[in-house]
Amino acid sequence: MSNGCGAPTQGGSIDVSTTETVLEGKVLNDGTPVGGAFVRLLDSTGEFTAEVVSSPEGDFRFFAAPGSWTVRALHKTGNGQADVSASGPGVHAVEIAVA
Amino acid sequence: MSRENVLVSAAWSEENLQTPGVVFAEVDEDTTAYDGGHIPGAVKIDWKNELQDPIRRDFVDREGFEKLLSAKGISNDDTVILYGGNNNWFAAYAYWYFKLYGHNDVKLLDGGRKKWELDGRPLDKEEVVRPTTSYSAQEQDLSIRAFRDEVVDSIGNKNLVDVRSPDEFSGKLLAPAHLPQEQAQRGGHIPSAVNVPWSKAANEDGTFKSDDELREIYAEAGFDGSRKTIAYCRIGERSSHTWFALRELLGHEDVKNYDGSWTEYGSLVGVPIELGSGKEA
Repeated sequence: MSNGCGAPTQGGSIDVSTTETVLEGKVLNDGTPVGGAFVRLLDSTGEFTAEVVSSPEGDFRFFAAPGSWTVRALHKTGNGQADVSASGPGVHAVEIAVA
Repeated sequence: MSRENVLVSAAWSEENLQTPGVVFAEVDEDTTAYDGGHIPGAVKIDWKNELQDPIRRDFVDREGFEKLLSAKGISNDDTVILYGGNNNWFAAYAYWYFKLYGHNDVKLLDGGRKKWELDGRPLDKEEVVRPTTSYSAQEQDLSIRAFRDEVVDSIGNKNLVDVRSPDEFSGKLLAPAHLPQEQAQRGGHIPSAVNVPWSKAANEDGTFKSDDELREIYAEAGFDGSRKTIAYCRIGERSSHTWFALRELLGHEDVKNYDGSWTEYGSLVGVPIELGSGKEA
């Protein structure tokens, strides 16, 4: 990985260690993947935590912690959001519909 | 310092893409976004490979900066408009860097690449070649750059503004939540630091909040306008964003960016570290 704090390219697969809580999924518009959306991870109080740009296949991924989160996508074609609850470490899937 | 001197809107930018003496530059750590489509006419600056020394942990030196800007076709008289991804973090870092080496007229595109894209403004893949210039830089202006000893000496007497997320501040996470948590240094924050995440200064679309909103956010966090200030994060780019808000937008005079930031401080032997939210119960 790079030394910086910039968001990495999204998509692909990763080996998730047993201690990490990963939230990942796709941004979709009417079922079609939306690339280039700005996907924001908000904590349970609605506070901004992180942001990535979805891959051409609409993929995004966050390394979070157990708890309740909101993922919100912004795109020139529309915005949308979804809630996800991560009970513990592992991969938690979530889809965001934008319109 | 007023907002118009340091910040331009996406609308203004689109109208001034062809204006002589105005140079747009996209700055990012990962420059694949630029390669996939950039603001027409904008040059690319690679934060990692062009602004950082390849061996030591430091910036390119004065001569290196002169060489870089000359090769990019930027002259001393140009108005340089910086923008980038990641809510302009690296563009803000570059802005601070241009100021460090004494560039006279540099501004940020408010909202950066995000606002530009959300507005549906044009991007193209044309290769941008500008005639080489002979750029002349100043010695580093160290009134805006903090080093570790000064940071340790500032505990309890200057505003130390930690702009990382609350979980990084408390010591729970060692990096932002879009990155794997693999760093080796200790978690926590510099004692007496206040936590104002960089994101508080930005709207959802990446533009800066109004001066009134910004003043309220920092005052609420316990920022003391009568004190000198040092901002830090993990590696110094998110804190450039806050440095910009505090010094360039709100006009606080003595504000430094600590580019060593937590990756340096959290690895120092023997320095004090505070854990938790830092707020008195």
